[in-house]
Amino acid sequence: MLLRMLLRRTLLGAVTVWIVSVIIFAGVEILPGDACTAFLEREAQGRLLENCREAQGLNRSAAERYVEWAGGAVRGDLGVSADGRRSIAEMVGDRLKNSLLLASCALLAGVPLAIFLGVLTGLRRDRGIDLVFSTAAIFAMTIPEFVSATVLILVFSVWLAWLPGIVLTSASAPASAFFPEILLPVIVLAMVMTAHILRMVRSSVIEVMAGDYVQMAILKGVPYWSVVFRHALPNALLPAINVVALTVAWLLGGVVVIEVVFNYPGLGRMMIDAISDRDLPVVQAIALIVATVYVGVNLAADLLTLLLNPRLRTHYARRA
Amino acid sequence: MSAASDAPAAARPGALARWAGVAADVASRPSGAVGLALVALHLALALASPWIVPYAHTAMDSSLMLTGPSAAHWLGTDHLGRDVLTRTLMGGREALLVTGIATPLAAAWGGMAGVFLGLVGGRLDEILMRVVDAFLSLPWILKMLVLIVTFGTGIEVLVPTLAFFYGIPVIRVARAATHDVVARDFISAARARGHGRGSIIRREILPNVLDTLMVEGAMRWSWMLLAFSSLSFLGFGVSPPTPDWGLMIADARGFMSFAPWGVLGPVVALSSLIIGINLTADALAKSLGLDRAQKAPA
Repeated sequence: MLLRMLLRRTLLGAVTVWIVSVIIFAGVEILPGDACTAFLEREAQGRLLENCREAQGLNRSAAERYVEWAGGAVRGDLGVSADGRRSIAEMVGDRLKNSLLLASCALLAGVPLAIFLGVLTGLRRDRGIDLVFSTAAIFAMTIPEFVSATVLILVFSVWLAWLPGIVLTSASAPASAFFPEILLPVIVLAMVMTAHILRMVRSSVIEVMAGDYVQMAILKGVPYWSVVFRHALPNALLPAINVVALTVAWLLGGVVVIEVVFNYPGLGRMMIDAISDRDLPVVQAIALIVATVYVGVNLAADLLTLLLNPRLRTHYARRA
Repeated sequence: MSAASDAPAAARPGALARWAGVAADVASRPSGAVGLALVALHLALALASPWIVPYAHTAMDSSLMLTGPSAAHWLGTDHLGRDVLTRTLMGGREALLVTGIATPLAAAWGGMAGVFLGLVGGRLDEILMRVVDAFLSLPWILKMLVLIVTFGTGIEVLVPTLAFFYGIPVIRVARAATHDVVARDFISAARARGHGRGSIIRREILPNVLDTLMVEGAMRWSWMLLAFSSLSFLGFGVSPPTPDWGLMIADARGFMSFAPWGVLGPVVALSSLIIGINLTADALAKSLGLDRAQKAPA
């Protein structure tokens, strides 16, 4: 039963990725212009355009090109950029590595902090400390990233001169070379992430602590902290897995603005550059990568939740 | 948490009176009062600013480039010698206009589609929800930028683009809210009375999911503003010389080390508007008995 559910979820994830690939491909098809008109710009007419389309294989049917593109992507071959010279898989490699570095630093800083603060504010609901952190969380998650980044740069690198406000390391440098330049972008990302997870953990803790079995344990005389750690937290933290997954996905896709603000050589900035240059093959490739990561991370979180929670298992079993 | 949403829709003494009550309740909460005040202030400024600003927003004075705050220019001048206070006061007009039109559109089409799919269910629902998932797995900025780079940054492009993409997550929310309603007895009763699908949607479901849609709409509004100003910041939003906070911050960032007043005005203005909307949305959710703490970024 459990196995069937895991398989079903995985299959649904695969279907979603397939639909994404169709949307990406169809989207680029429907929009006016193609890789050749974008690359040649004003000279895009007559013989030159014909030749370019010939070279890129753009004169074949859309279905044929979709099969080739998607088939290549499955094997890890993402095609070549619009100017036909660079392999996209190579271009993406370093950028993806850098974005992952940024994301994992933010996760390592943000998740433990968020869980700690979420549990703390949940247990101290509506007291001083809860109000302070809950309000701070609203600020952190609502103010646009470029605004908080600008303010942090102003304070920590312009006024206090503690941290560098811009990343100058090249894309291909090893991970260690990004310190300490990576710190400010990590702080900005971790702030937003902490705020989202904190709110989720807080409401989850409040709900669980009000549950009958927790009340029962308290009335029976089990020491308070033992109730919290042994009875309440395992249940309260389970839903946090999904929020963390959504945040990871957001980290990989939505950090575009942060990467631009800090000049960080990640996937997001590469995407902006590709869109400005109308380098459609690169845009398609990045979109597919990001969407696949999003679906993959959410799938992993779903499966983990399913495995860790026997109650949810039977709940799903009844529905399916 | 869902106690109030269980209240029967039939007990409405008239929609207008009810919403007046909700508004009063929102205003009676500290966060709601602050939020409403901030939003009202920004709306008033957006409407009145052309008549109250001290200078023309395009007036340049090359002898006054990047001067600090003074009696003549309270927030100093920018790199083209324009008055920062004037541009800050006017900087929200375009954003509020675009998102003010796009938000109701997004909530309306996403809400209708979600209610319809939630009621119909079956194969169609299954397939279309996969498409929704697929759309949601693409970063918003990529979706928007591709359209904007192709079709331009005018309001006639931004409004439908924002309304379309921000309506998609609403589908999910409206569908889930519909599922909660569909299982209840009064729907079966309406079916038994022989009501058609349209009538059930209009008379039974919509009144019950409206609360959720209002809260969702308020949240979408703040995210749309965030998207709009981020686009401006990146240089893909409104075009100069239109004053816009995102654009102003982007312009002033380069001179931050010696002229920080250029960023402070728009930073405070944009943040206060977005926080105002969020506080209002939070208070609204509480007043309506809905919990929005479990929302993840989208």
